[in-house]
Amino acid sequence: MLDSLIELIRTAVVRLPPDVTAALEAALAAEEEELAALQLRLMLENAARAEELGVPLCQDTGVPVFFLRGEWGEVEPLLAEAVRRATVQVPLRPCIVHPLSRENTGDNTGAHVPVVHRITGGERSVSFMPKGAGSENCSAAAPLPPSAGAGEIAEFVADVVRRAGAKPCPPVVLGVGIGGTLEHAALLSKLALLLPLGTESEEPALAELERRILREVNSLGIGPMGFGGRCTCLGVRVLSAHCHTASLPVAVSLQCWAHRRATLVERSGSWEVVQP
Amino acid sequence: MRHLSLPAERASLSSLRAGDVVKVSGRLVTARDRAHRRALELSTAPVELKSVYHCGPLVRRAGDGWEVLSAGPTTSARMEAYLEGLLERFGTTVIIGKGGFSEAALDVLRRYGCVYLSFTGGAGALAAAAVKKVLEVHWLELGIPEALWVLEVRDFGPLVVAMDARGGSVYARPASGQE
Repeated sequence: MLDSLIELIRTAVVRLPPDVTAALEAALAAEEEELAALQLRLMLENAARAEELGVPLCQDTGVPVFFLRGEWGEVEPLLAEAVRRATVQVPLRPCIVHPLSRENTGDNTGAHVPVVHRITGGERSVSFMPKGAGSENCSAAAPLPPSAGAGEIAEFVADVVRRAGAKPCPPVVLGVGIGGTLEHAALLSKLALLLPLGTESEEPALAELERRILREVNSLGIGPMGFGGRCTCLGVRVLSAHCHTASLPVAVSLQCWAHRRATLVERSGSWEVVQP
Repeated sequence: MRHLSLPAERASLSSLRAGDVVKVSGRLVTARDRAHRRALELSTAPVELKSVYHCGPLVRRAGDGWEVLSAGPTTSARMEAYLEGLLERFGTTVIIGKGGFSEAALDVLRRYGCVYLSFTGGAGALAAAAVKKVLEVHWLELGIPEALWVLEVRDFGPLVVAMDARGGSVYARPASGQE
């Protein structure tokens, strides 16, 4: 199991998922601005080179975040050990520090790190989504007025992306969580990022909200690395929970174009790493 | 595509215009938040800082030295608070990063004759291919990402002249909102 977890981490940081590659290729085909197209080409070239050499495609190998589905018992010590070993074997950049002293732990673990989320329901699996700081520093959560509705939610999200500008390495991927409580909306926004690009919500109102946000964000004109152009966002997914009659928590997690993630699933008795 | 040698003299940079695409070769020093802060607090650094790269590289021990595996740029906005101090004290003429500075920084860059070059964020494997050698490393006690890595690079790029030394910038103005 430990070796499978290390392989999961390695795949996630080395290989850009096919859904992201396809989205970048589509964005490049549609791009008319020269500098924007150059950035998209370099992103694709970089992904190819990283995969060929087996090295992390971005030096920011991020905060290690695991999502466990189904019954896993006390697997946490194993996850931390996998991160420690991956830090040496892949390798990963030691990114984790104490929040106040800023002392680096050196092995990418620490108090509550790796971050582990347990999700009920679904096939038994472990997903790994390293979270880089450039995009995470631009993420936001806020209690909106309960009567806000789709228009104001889309406006809030577009405003977060507008203020982020070139900082989160656009074109970005957006995970949006609405409803629940503030921390639950934030978790939903991360779960939304695990979903494959090119899909939409089965709930018509949420699918419409996803399209609306994508339209508004892409009309901002920030473009790849902030150089203008058509593509500021590669995809939006929204997940929702019911909430208190007097509140509407909304969270948006920004993800850079290097939207790295991989999942470990059981296939005919052995563990296999898959990507969307 | 124009090639620049680092360190670069101000005079050789004055003809660069926002939107130009260049490659650079020579000596680059990585510096992030903590190295900037320490250098300005001490008002000195163990290496010259004429060419600064906003980067925290992913490295691996190789014999007595180091190998750079992935070394894309980090978000430059975090270092904007130290920009004027850096240019004034250390005479930096070239900064490489990603995401740019605010519009207010254009005047600072102009006054000190410094250009800001952008490399594609996340393109760590491509950037590492241009790193030929780790010449020195200082302040490792700040942690690997925050240390001063002195790198010899060859044909690093293509880099976009994102903010030039004449007040020009390629950063898109958001289509709506107050900015």
